[in-house]
Amino acid sequence: MNFAVLQFPGSNCDQDVVHVLHNVLGHSATLLWHKEHSLGDADAVIIPGGFSYGDYLRTGAIARFSPVIEAVQAFAADGGLVLGICNGFQILCEAGLLPGALIRNRSLQFRCEHIFLKTVTTDSPFTNQVPADKLLRLPIAHGEGCYFADEETLAGLRANNQILWRYVNAQGEPTEAANPNGSLDGIAGICNQRRNVAGLMPHPERASEPVLGSADGRLVFESLIHALETRVAETAS
Amino acid sequence: MKAKITITPKQAVLDPQGKAVQNALAHMGYNSISAVHVGKYLEIELTGADREAARKQIDDACHKILTNPVIEDYRFEIE
Repeated sequence: MNFAVLQFPGSNCDQDVVHVLHNVLGHSATLLWHKEHSLGDADAVIIPGGFSYGDYLRTGAIARFSPVIEAVQAFAADGGLVLGICNGFQILCEAGLLPGALIRNRSLQFRCEHIFLKTVTTDSPFTNQVPADKLLRLPIAHGEGCYFADEETLAGLRANNQILWRYVNAQGEPTEAANPNGSLDGIAGICNQRRNVAGLMPHPERASEPVLGSADGRLVFESLIHALETRVAETAS
Repeated sequence: MKAKITITPKQAVLDPQGKAVQNALAHMGYNSISAVHVGKYLEIELTGADREAARKQIDDACHKILTNPVIEDYRFEIE
């Protein structure tokens, strides 16, 4: 498969995402500068983490108006798969491709540690390869990862099964201590109603090889690849 | 002309920064403070003399990029 990995001034996880997709999983991954107007022949788009435009104004606020995001809007409107990681999640919320917003962590601390995630539903192109009862151990590194949405939006997310991942403790329980940023409902990642755009604060690309202490992040990328291969098979038949 | 824009977190949104400042103030003995909200202040210099056009432009910019309506409120004046 062909992945486009977006690159903004201040992105810093772009090379890690390319490394995992290309060297670990054997797929093609191309870096795409934020001034590009086209995604080329990309099958899916990854918006990586970092501090696009220095997080000026609000996280993701300026990146959201870059030319490449216009192309991503059109790609998503056509049903294309888009995954935003950390700053990528913030950009997708600012762009209106995902509901809600990510605000300052409730503790005011920048949290940089490994957390546990419960995959709430495997019914999405981003979670289909995650075994039902498996907790994912992934790193987080953010100061603005507290998910916020109004009551109506939250109710919609629950009703449509759009919450993909929640922070839990090592036993899989959604405790307050296990929630590193104060996100409402312990939300770590969501998808849109159409289920083709998703975002999460933790970094699967930093935990996709055993040498890094966890390879659980691979499951997220393998889910995406599985979803894309299923699409190709369906188109061919 | 100059636009002076004040951006504040919406009432319903958690404002940990405001809370931390409030706690610090209470700790210092400022005990008649019931709430603190930390926001942003922007000054934008404008060319031209049409106040109404400027107002419209700033309002549009506030809505589109300068604030996030999910989490923030804004008000501004043109001078």
